[in-house]
Amino acid sequence: MKQFILTVLIVILSLPLIYAQKLKGSDTVLPLSQKEAERYMKANPSASVTITGGGSGVGIAALMEGTTDIAQSSRKIKFDEKQKIQESGNTVKEVIIAYDALAVIVHPSNKVKNLTREQLDGIFTGKITNWKEVGGEDLKIIPYSRETSSGTYEFFKESVLKNKNYKSGIMSMPATGAIVQSVSQTKGAIGYIGLAYLNKEVKAIGVSYDKGKSYALPSIATAKDGTYPIVRPLFYYYIAKSEKKVKPFLDYVLSATGQKTVTEIGFIAL
Amino acid sequence: MKRILERIVELLLTISGAITTIVILLIVVFLFREGLGLFQSSNVEKGYCLCVNTENTVLQLTPFQIKQIFDEEIDNWEKLGGPDEEIVVFRFSDSFLDSYSEEELGKNLEFLPEKLGEVIRGTPGIIAYLPVQYQPINQRGVRILQDGKIKLSDFLGGSEWIPTATPSPQFGVLPLILGTLWVSLFAILIALPLGLGVAIYLSELAGEQMRKILKPAIELLAGIPSVVYGFFGLVIIVPLIQKGFHLPVGETAFAGSIILAIMALPTIITVAEDAMQTTPQAMREASLALGANHWQTIYKVIIPYSISGISAAVVLGIGRAIGETMAVLMVTGNAAVIPHSLFEPVRTIPATIAAELGEAPSGGPHYQALFMLGCILFLITLVVSISAEIISKNKSQAKGI
Repeated sequence: MKQFILTVLIVILSLPLIYAQKLKGSDTVLPLSQKEAERYMKANPSASVTITGGGSGVGIAALMEGTTDIAQSSRKIKFDEKQKIQESGNTVKEVIIAYDALAVIVHPSNKVKNLTREQLDGIFTGKITNWKEVGGEDLKIIPYSRETSSGTYEFFKESVLKNKNYKSGIMSMPATGAIVQSVSQTKGAIGYIGLAYLNKEVKAIGVSYDKGKSYALPSIATAKDGTYPIVRPLFYYYIAKSEKKVKPFLDYVLSATGQKTVTEIGFIAL
Repeated sequence: MKRILERIVELLLTISGAITTIVILLIVVFLFREGLGLFQSSNVEKGYCLCVNTENTVLQLTPFQIKQIFDEEIDNWEKLGGPDEEIVVFRFSDSFLDSYSEEELGKNLEFLPEKLGEVIRGTPGIIAYLPVQYQPINQRGVRILQDGKIKLSDFLGGSEWIPTATPSPQFGVLPLILGTLWVSLFAILIALPLGLGVAIYLSELAGEQMRKILKPAIELLAGIPSVVYGFFGLVIIVPLIQKGFHLPVGETAFAGSIILAIMALPTIITVAEDAMQTTPQAMREASLALGANHWQTIYKVIIPYSISGISAAVVLGIGRAIGETMAVLMVTGNAAVIPHSLFEPVRTIPATIAAELGEAPSGGPHYQALFMLGCILFLITLVVSISAEIISKNKSQAKGI
């Protein structure tokens, strides 16, 4: 009995000594990190990686407080966040682990094939309200957005709307799946989703950032060669001091096997 | 020995009562303490400030004006009582740093405020959105706009809810409050007649066999998780409404009301039926003996006798409808607009809290605004229960029961 208790004690005490790493942040990156960690731990049984979501902002805040080793983020670290970390005497390191393209989707019966950034801007800020203004039939446009807390919401606002606010009273859905569902059953709908969520029930739209000279449909290929414009990097952030601790996992994610997982999840490999 | 045991049991009961009361009070205090912090926060995002050129005569801007400027809806200072000058919006970002060399900015960016000052000095119509630590203090040609506190009147009377707008978040809760009341009102209008009907049927008319089937079925209805109701609503009810009424969009207040009505039904039925069951057999028999028929007995004797129980059912139903989160979040479209008809998307208070609390930075104005929403929800339910209490008391006194 005594021996048993002793063994348990030793096991408990030695747990933190094994390379335990914590990842926290973006919900967009969450499924990727989970899959990567699962495979990484299978390959290295001694390693332990725990992953939690909460949003990009939450992850970076946790990095500042030192409660996580890696912050996963679907947006670039903000200037003041970087500044705060520097004030505490640390430097933050950034690694791009994958890319994600945002697809603009409409109902399959919609005749509109292409839209320019300016037209999308007008639709989501409420200046364009009917499909006939952009070459479609006479039908009211119903734009769908994500919730304000989402990183996808922020990125679309920054890239497509040039930091203007969405029109007040835009339909906002709690999850990407809900946007797909709603767009697939609403004739005049338009919405934006991560490339991984694109399916046959909705139609993706060609987007142009050069005022209509060239349009590109979202796909892994067009996002990779840079012809599709709404592409965002997905980041891991860590403190330079703890580089040694996080390096093995980072190397695994950036390796060929790690990047294969990226494609499997539906993101774009580096 | 027995006495001591009794004393101990008594003491334990008192303690558990006291603890429950204290915990509830503490929750309320916590809710209000977190929420009221909102009115101490500045109406410009924390850590940032707004600067203009000194030639500009505009001294202060409301949050709504700031939003309109940065959305390019107002493009001339004249509209805000300033000089006739076009507004130039400047947002500080990393790309600004790239246009200068490291020597120009200094190692720790100590010359950055000066450079920003130059830009502001050179552009009379500028409004610059800068981090506070780099604001050009005491520089010629630069004036920092005074930032106000978030006002209660803006909070309660504002009609725009854009909590993540930069530089100035918009916390107008009017559309959310009206949306919540709107959806709940119609939910209860649908659920009440149905619920009372079923309760009367179950209590007075149904045979023993029917009761045995119906009662567990209704109780089962109460046990279904609200997410399931929400999903059912999104996939079945929303397209039905859209096709049935030829609407451009099916996620409407009406869809929310129907789902909420279905969810409130079990509560209303069970509580109302229990109340009717408590009518003493002697009263029913007396009524029948006086020559009243079955139907007259129901609405002249049983309903008046159990009116306090029925109003309790109504209140519990309303409480269920107002506080329900997940199902409504999924079917009402969550557009923060003041509702004008039943066939428009609305956004409710619980749905807003659930959707946004996850990523609202803890302790920030957005977080506090969500707690404030919680306070408002609490006050609404408080008013509903108090008024129901008063109604049922008055009724029973008037009848002398």
